[in-house]
Amino acid sequence: MTARDTFVGTSVPRPNARRLLQGKGRFVGDKVLPRMLHAAFVRSPHAHARILSVDLAAARALPGVVACYDGSDIARQVVPFVGVLTHMTGMRSPPQPALAVGVSHWQGEPVAMVVAQSRAMAEDAAALVEVDYDPLPPVCDMEAALDPACLLIHPELGSNLCWERRIETGNVEAAFATAAHLAERQFVFGRHTGVTLEPRICLCDYDGSEDRLTLHYSGQVPHMMQAVLARHLNLPEAQVRVIAEDVGGSFGIKIHTYGDEIATAAVAKLLRRPVMFAADRYESFLSDIHARDHRVAARAAIDAEGRLTALDIDDITGIGPYSVYPRSSAIEGNQVLNLTGAPYRIPAYRGRLRVVFQTKVPTCQYRGVGHPIAMAVMEGLMDDLAAASGRDPAELRAINLIPDDAYPVTSAQGVRYADLSHQACLSRLKELMEYDRLRTEQAALRAQGIHRGIGLVSMVEITNPSPAFYGIGGAPIAAQDGAMARLDASGAVHVSCSVTEQGQGTETILAQIAADVLGVDPAAVQVTTGDTATVPYGGGTWASRGAGIGGEAMLRAATALKAQIIKVAAAILQCDAGSLDLTGGQVIDATGQPRISLHALAQMVYYRGNELPPGLAPELIASRHFRVEGMPFVFSNGAMASYVEVDPETGLVRLLGHWVVEDVGTILNPKLVDEQIRGGVVQGIGGALYEECLYSPDGQLQNATLADYLVPMAGEMPDITIAHVVTPTRTSALGAKGAGEAGTTGAPGAVMNAVNDALRPLGAQISQMPMTPERILRALGTVV
Amino acid sequence: MKVTFILNGDVLRAEVEPRQNLVDFLRAMGLTGTRSGCEHGVCGACSVRVDGQVVRGCLMLAVQAEGRRVETIEGLSDSSEIADLQAAFHRHNALQCGFCTAGMLLTAQDLLTGNHAPSRADIREHLSGNYCRCTGYQAIVDAVAEVAATRVGAGIR
Repeated sequence: MTARDTFVGTSVPRPNARRLLQGKGRFVGDKVLPRMLHAAFVRSPHAHARILSVDLAAARALPGVVACYDGSDIARQVVPFVGVLTHMTGMRSPPQPALAVGVSHWQGEPVAMVVAQSRAMAEDAAALVEVDYDPLPPVCDMEAALDPACLLIHPELGSNLCWERRIETGNVEAAFATAAHLAERQFVFGRHTGVTLEPRICLCDYDGSEDRLTLHYSGQVPHMMQAVLARHLNLPEAQVRVIAEDVGGSFGIKIHTYGDEIATAAVAKLLRRPVMFAADRYESFLSDIHARDHRVAARAAIDAEGRLTALDIDDITGIGPYSVYPRSSAIEGNQVLNLTGAPYRIPAYRGRLRVVFQTKVPTCQYRGVGHPIAMAVMEGLMDDLAAASGRDPAELRAINLIPDDAYPVTSAQGVRYADLSHQACLSRLKELMEYDRLRTEQAALRAQGIHRGIGLVSMVEITNPSPAFYGIGGAPIAAQDGAMARLDASGAVHVSCSVTEQGQGTETILAQIAADVLGVDPAAVQVTTGDTATVPYGGGTWASRGAGIGGEAMLRAATALKAQIIKVAAAILQCDAGSLDLTGGQVIDATGQPRISLHALAQMVYYRGNELPPGLAPELIASRHFRVEGMPFVFSNGAMASYVEVDPETGLVRLLGHWVVEDVGTILNPKLVDEQIRGGVVQGIGGALYEECLYSPDGQLQNATLADYLVPMAGEMPDITIAHVVTPTRTSALGAKGAGEAGTTGAPGAVMNAVNDALRPLGAQISQMPMTPERILRALGTVV
Repeated sequence: MKVTFILNGDVLRAEVEPRQNLVDFLRAMGLTGTRSGCEHGVCGACSVRVDGQVVRGCLMLAVQAEGRRVETIEGLSDSSEIADLQAAFHRHNALQCGFCTAGMLLTAQDLLTGNHAPSRADIREHLSGNYCRCTGYQAIVDAVAEVAATRVGAGIR
């Protein structure tokens, strides 16, 4: 590599964005296959009901309808799924059928399915399906669900508890008994969901002549879906191909197993024809996984010097009627337990988590997965402790942050952290936002009756997970990823990788990495992702692992290809391989002189092998796989601040500014990293201020439209200022940590702290998200 | 029902179901750059231009296009009308998944046609009917602001 060929670290624009800008995207819904049919689902209107009968006769009679199925019909085709990870001891969840059989457990659970020549015909017919329900009492409130008198959602389990975990280290009670200052609060985190702008969609194409199923997939994990489809449709894994081209947003929503999608695949197999299922927006709200829905009782103590002495949290979370397969719905709560207080030295810690079944839409992993809760809880307590001890919130954090030179450390929860930079990030954040000036401005405006607040967050983010996440729990989810690099006969570089692209720029950073190693222009690197038939095996894109794991695999594969090229070149040129390098599409010698182009080399290898030295058997293709070893996870870290103005008359919050200092290790593409952070911050702000799946007491989702469920819009979002501290991870040569969930991790806590900072002089505090105007007015006591 | 309208400059005659909305019709005709995100007029992914006005393709029936001039992202791309906006979106990474992008571009062009020197607040306000779940909007605002300044500098109105 020479200085001229350094693309890693520069903001190379995404080549694949050009076609998206011209309306030439290749989304699943754009595909039309010969003899393609369309599926529509009948969904339960009840939160909980016995299904007495399903009458498909009228639907079957409608012209254009090809087939209709009830839950039992589909159950004969699909092996039910169990969303339990075996390493999370004691977790329970019953087998889940693709469509409800006998009892439906949430409003929106699919009960029957219609397949017709068009989606409109299928919907017409679905409206004619007669289902006779006997409503059962809903089990909505997570605390009430644990009452021994409560109806059991799954009687065979004996309670509505999915999983419970406790951790205790150090002497918590003694620390609280001798504390100089205490903070104690009950936090409530509402349910929200991902709202991918492209709703879930799949096109399942079964070729009976070869017993081969192809899934055109809008999702993040092609190889996981290949394994899931094979296991649950009784097909050999090698007979299942999963292809993900353009994906219209995912954010974790599209890494799960959905009964309607598996049923679509089963029906494609039965009918031996392509079948498309495209969820509409209403169905998305009622069937995409939801997330959060936690109540956390938390307290913390400091000594007279302001040092944290103990933390005690009790988290209860409602996950719907099933733990979602195959990742399980206990991960979010587990991460709350594991990560709360992560940036700080805490000698004594007690945590309890209860994961509870209820009759609402199932919850599972969505961008941030527990982190927004863990950070908001700890940072809320830190602000309370700062106020209680008369310290500035930044000062109290500085006292307690684990020093940057102290790593590696193991937290009270037993989580191992390395290569973090909390102190540097907080200090850079204060400069970036002009913290002291902002405090002065805030005080001056308070005197004029203008209520502004500053909220800080120090945070960590789990990235680049090892097999400790899912693989050890028995899930068909790879923690390693593979990359392949090859030279074609024209001398062009082709690469492929098992991590996937949903617009975050995966393909671009793969091209940058390969281009640097191989001395070519990244725009000329041909990148393939998202096809189980052509890319190496690997986990795909989740837990902010694409760049760190897929990127490292790419670096190793490209490096191996480079060695192959140089070996061939040295043989052709009759010189020492150690004197050669690659740049500008050429093999160069030690003086920098071009000796042979990649084009000429490839032409000779592929067409005129007779000119090669005898015995030389050139390979111009290499693959490498990479998994993180030595650490369960590679954490990134950062510090974030929000500046808001609260109108005490209306309860409205105006976002005035947002700052992020993030350490993602080696930065592969600054623009793409910053845009991941910005998009994540705005999703975090959504959860903090607007987004909530509102349920009636009888388990009806009351705002299942985009008009009623509020997502952030351009007009109300602030500009977001970003800076970086760079501490490469030592688990890889590339040094990249993940960046995809950092924004969502920190933003809710920062905004909540800012709102409370604004409310503090008014004697009010809010601990519930989203912080709607009504809730703020209730906190102020102006609305009862 | 039979319907005749001008689609991206060409006269189109087609048979449509009375209940079919414009976005579904356009997609069925192979113009898949226009996308359906919510089917109730909120998200803006289905935005198209009808007689020069940006409208929601999910709230208009295909038969209502009778006699009108309908333009989509494919037409605006082929005519190069928004080439500068597309290039600025690319430079600023003002798109991630790309699902909202056609609607965002049409709406941005609508703003710049009517307001030659929009403030960032004007841009944010005008784009507020177009949801983007990926970018957080800032890069989109940057791209539109840059094109506004460039067009004014070049005397393009």
